[in-house]
Amino acid sequence: MQITTTVNGTEVTRDVEPRLLLVHFLRDTLGLTGTHWGCDTSNCGTCVVLMDGEPVKSCTVLAAMTEGHEVRTVEGLATGGTLDPVQQGFMEEHGLQCGFCTPGMMLTARALLDRSPDPDETEIREAISGQICRCTGYATIVRSVRWAAEHPAEAAASDIKAAEEVPA
Amino acid sequence: MQTPAPFDYVRASSVAETLELLARHGPEARVIAGGHSLLPMMKLRLARPDWLIDINDVAELDHITEEPDRLRIGALTRHATLLASDLVGRLFPIVHDAERVIADPVVRNRGSIGGSLGQADPAEDLTTVCDVLDAEIVIASPGGERVLGIADLHRGPYETACEQNELITEIRLPIRSRHGSAYEKVERRVGDWAVAAAGASVVLADDGTIEDVTVGLTALGVEGCVPGMLEAICQQRPSEELYAEAGRIAAAASAPVEDQRGPVDYKRHLADELTRRVLRRSVERAGAMVPA
Repeated sequence: MQITTTVNGTEVTRDVEPRLLLVHFLRDTLGLTGTHWGCDTSNCGTCVVLMDGEPVKSCTVLAAMTEGHEVRTVEGLATGGTLDPVQQGFMEEHGLQCGFCTPGMMLTARALLDRSPDPDETEIREAISGQICRCTGYATIVRSVRWAAEHPAEAAASDIKAAEEVPA
Repeated sequence: MQTPAPFDYVRASSVAETLELLARHGPEARVIAGGHSLLPMMKLRLARPDWLIDINDVAELDHITEEPDRLRIGALTRHATLLASDLVGRLFPIVHDAERVIADPVVRNRGSIGGSLGQADPAEDLTTVCDVLDAEIVIASPGGERVLGIADLHRGPYETACEQNELITEIRLPIRSRHGSAYEKVERRVGDWAVAAAGASVVLADDGTIEDVTVGLTALGVEGCVPGMLEAICQQRPSEELYAEAGRIAAAASAPVEDQRGPVDYKRHLADELTRRVLRRSVERAGAMVPA
């Protein structure tokens, strides 16, 4: 069957099997391998992407279900050369450890901050409770999301600019 | 890699179209809403439908409507929507108690109340909630609509009275004054099925005694509500002794099985303790809802 869906702001039309899962559509059909594929059973949350702005586990959504909807993956977080504050926060606070859960964690954080711009630690931990970090380092992930909350878009952009202006 | 067996997919835009598609594609067609019960079963080839009828676009099934004597919840209402609804939390705090411990926030974005009840998993939380609230289930048929009491919906594990050519469309919860409700679950980790859980619904009389009470248990081998509870503790003033008595009745009624989630005596202990806790909290909440 043919589906048309918007991925990271770009409309794409592809022929897919109805049984194709969203995670495989993103990785294998579109080559967006930033979406990681983990437990395959809706537990680990590594495959989280945003569908119409809400986090979903893409191993438990059919690609066909996204027809007419908007999907955002980690590749769609940065704007041009400017990192999303969440990405910057993961860098500043070492939220990125082995990196496997990171894309999903960052997308969940983005959705949380869009809904609740100043979340406390409890809110952050609740939001990411469906996602497993096997480095067991949630403390730095939580701090990364807090960093992003404290540095909304403008601040993050200027931080990067300032960093780039430092002479080599 | 877990992949479902091949199937054909079609999207419905209304209840009428869903029923028409179910009739057209016959006994091997299944309705898919959030898909968080059906898709995992399809990946494991425990389910192999020939057709999937996607009802995620059927907007008429996604609503929460307050009427004077009941709350009507569309079957496609997501867990996340129920949890975000102040109205639901005010009228039926038990729904919020349960929704907070159903899977995790990401799964709750997709899963729906109708899907949970239709799946009829014996360890599913909303069934107990609907049991104690005495919910009615609306089922659309080719010939019209029928309304079932929750007790008549479930015929056994993974089996309901909803026929293959029918669709669960709405859940109706009766609104009563001086009513309190609560749910508490013990799980091994976030998002897991219950080791054991209990739900309670209490109506207080004008004089503060218990006028009506129901207790339901999850994953403890009890179909529907715990029998004998009303007779044992109604018309009495709430007290710790009364909760203890209710706990003993619930533990005696439970028939847990030993599995990786724990031994029988532990689960029976949970039936007792969780019953006391949900009754205590239901009474507190019922008191809070007494009109000034």
